[in-house]
Amino acid sequence: MQKRDWLIFLAVAVFLAIFPFIAARISAISHYIDIMVFAGIFSIVSLGLCMLMGYAGQVSMAQAAFFGIGAYTSGILTSHFHWHPLPAIPIGCLLSAAVAWLVGVPALRLKGHYLAMATLGFGEIVHIVLNQEVEWTGGPSGLVDIPSLKILGVRISSEEAWYYIVWTAALCTLIFCFNVLRSRVGRALRAIHEEETAADAMGVPTARFKLQVFVLSAVLAAIAGSFYTHYVTFLNPGTFDLMWSIRFVLMVMLGGVQSLWGAVLGTVLLTFIGNEWLRVFADFDILVYGAILLLVALFLPDGLVSIFPKGRSASGNV
Amino acid sequence: MDFGAGWVQYLFSGLTTGAIYALVAIGYNIIYNVTEVINFAQGEFVMLGGLMAVFFVGTLHFPIPAAFVCAVLTVSCVGLAMDRFVLSRARNKSVLSLIIITIAVSILLKGAAMFEWGKDPYTLPPFTQGEPITIFGAALQLQALWVLGIVALVVVLLSIFFHRSMYGKAMLACADNPRAARLSGIPVRQMVLLSFLLSAGIGAAAGAVITPISLMEYDRGALLGLKGFGAAALGGLGQFFGALAAGLFLGLAESFCAGYLSSGYKDAVALLLLLMVLFFKPEGLFGSREAAKLKRF
Repeated sequence: MQKRDWLIFLAVAVFLAIFPFIAARISAISHYIDIMVFAGIFSIVSLGLCMLMGYAGQVSMAQAAFFGIGAYTSGILTSHFHWHPLPAIPIGCLLSAAVAWLVGVPALRLKGHYLAMATLGFGEIVHIVLNQEVEWTGGPSGLVDIPSLKILGVRISSEEAWYYIVWTAALCTLIFCFNVLRSRVGRALRAIHEEETAADAMGVPTARFKLQVFVLSAVLAAIAGSFYTHYVTFLNPGTFDLMWSIRFVLMVMLGGVQSLWGAVLGTVLLTFIGNEWLRVFADFDILVYGAILLLVALFLPDGLVSIFPKGRSASGNV
Repeated sequence: MDFGAGWVQYLFSGLTTGAIYALVAIGYNIIYNVTEVINFAQGEFVMLGGLMAVFFVGTLHFPIPAAFVCAVLTVSCVGLAMDRFVLSRARNKSVLSLIIITIAVSILLKGAAMFEWGKDPYTLPPFTQGEPITIFGAALQLQALWVLGIVALVVVLLSIFFHRSMYGKAMLACADNPRAARLSGIPVRQMVLLSFLLSAGIGAAAGAVITPISLMEYDRGALLGLKGFGAAALGGLGQFFGALAAGLFLGLAESFCAGYLSSGYKDAVALLLLLMVLFFKPEGLFGSREAAKLKRF
């Protein structure tokens, strides 16, 4: 991370730390804490997707599926088998990583439209499985009786506690991603994004790096899924369908596909748009999502961060 | 398991749905051939075609043939507008942007359909009234004959169009090499518009003709689009007869799986086949490996 990123990081961390105190004082926005918990959870997903799309240049329309694999693994282990929530989280990550590896090995040989279609198809299959395996997932009516998160014997139930846990995790993910991008892997990824053939010719093992980032994005999505499960304590296949995969892509695109800060910014904005500002539209919110997606893709391809003055890291030169 | 009349019945229903997938796949192919873009909103054209036909029959009380034609024309205009007002502004964008843009259009179409028609499924009266024909103890609905007939008609008309007419040949030339086509005086811009018009119209015809059998609702598009793409990929992207054969094959696979294995997983069959094709034979069964290497998969 550059000095500029550390400064932004510090400012963001301080703001996030005091936000609940401000929100709790003002009743009109006291429920913003709840929305921010979701924004933090989704940020972990979109950071992974940002690494994949913005830096490795590979599109995935299946993030909701990995999010779902993590969520349902946690949900099933804790509700059917009465596991403690904490050990269930790494199991979800492992499963998600294994699936991502299995799908990624053949899928990442594809490019552009074909990769998008393959991930779409995979995501839809996961969604069908979640709907059909009623015995395990509860099917369309959902999975219930999921316990809340428990750390050192303390049950985490207050929104504030969740808020701090989730955002600590999100910020750790952010630092981790910044460090990955600074490393040899990060430079290789940018080379792949610029021109894969050239990177290949320079001796960059492109296939391996693309796969690693794909698996990383799936693991991050699975961690977020586990958080989601224990925060909401109810799962429904509807949260893990195509539309949600598109939403994750939109979060990354809105903020700026080549910026980790952009991914977080886009996620927070879109979560507020979805959970708060668009409530009046009810189901018609998809019209608004479609419009935002179209406008961003047409007129703001580098996302909202491109409006801000460009620091060296914002353009990707970490 | 019984292998009696059920077998024939699954064959009929498989051919009918397969014919629809084939039409969706042909829609993909037309646009892909001219622009090298995969239009993720292709499935929404089918949904719109069905619901438009419902609108013309139910609300405006058009006779069925007129409603069918009107639905096809309206949706063709939607396809035209999609290219004219959206995609033409994105000619030089990256593949990722193009994917996102067509997905955005598909969401907008889906949202607009939900706004207009709500979430309920709609039906249409069959094109001709009458008892189903019984063959080997299995019932064949007359509407299924309409579906197969319209698919056959589309395929024949398209092959005449592409091989006999000036416009069709010009479109194929664009597909082959847009720059060379432009240099020899072909208005590539118009050909692109024409491809969207044709593709949307064919999708709409599929939607209108299948609605009496399988009903239609606002959120059908995505899955139809994916399965149609499966057929297009399996047949080899850009290959019309490949798309037809692959579409029918996918429909049959799905129908027999629903009959003998699990009806809940029938939607997964086509998707699994799609993944298998993309993973192991992305040039498709009828596409050429040489050509595939040059394309941007």
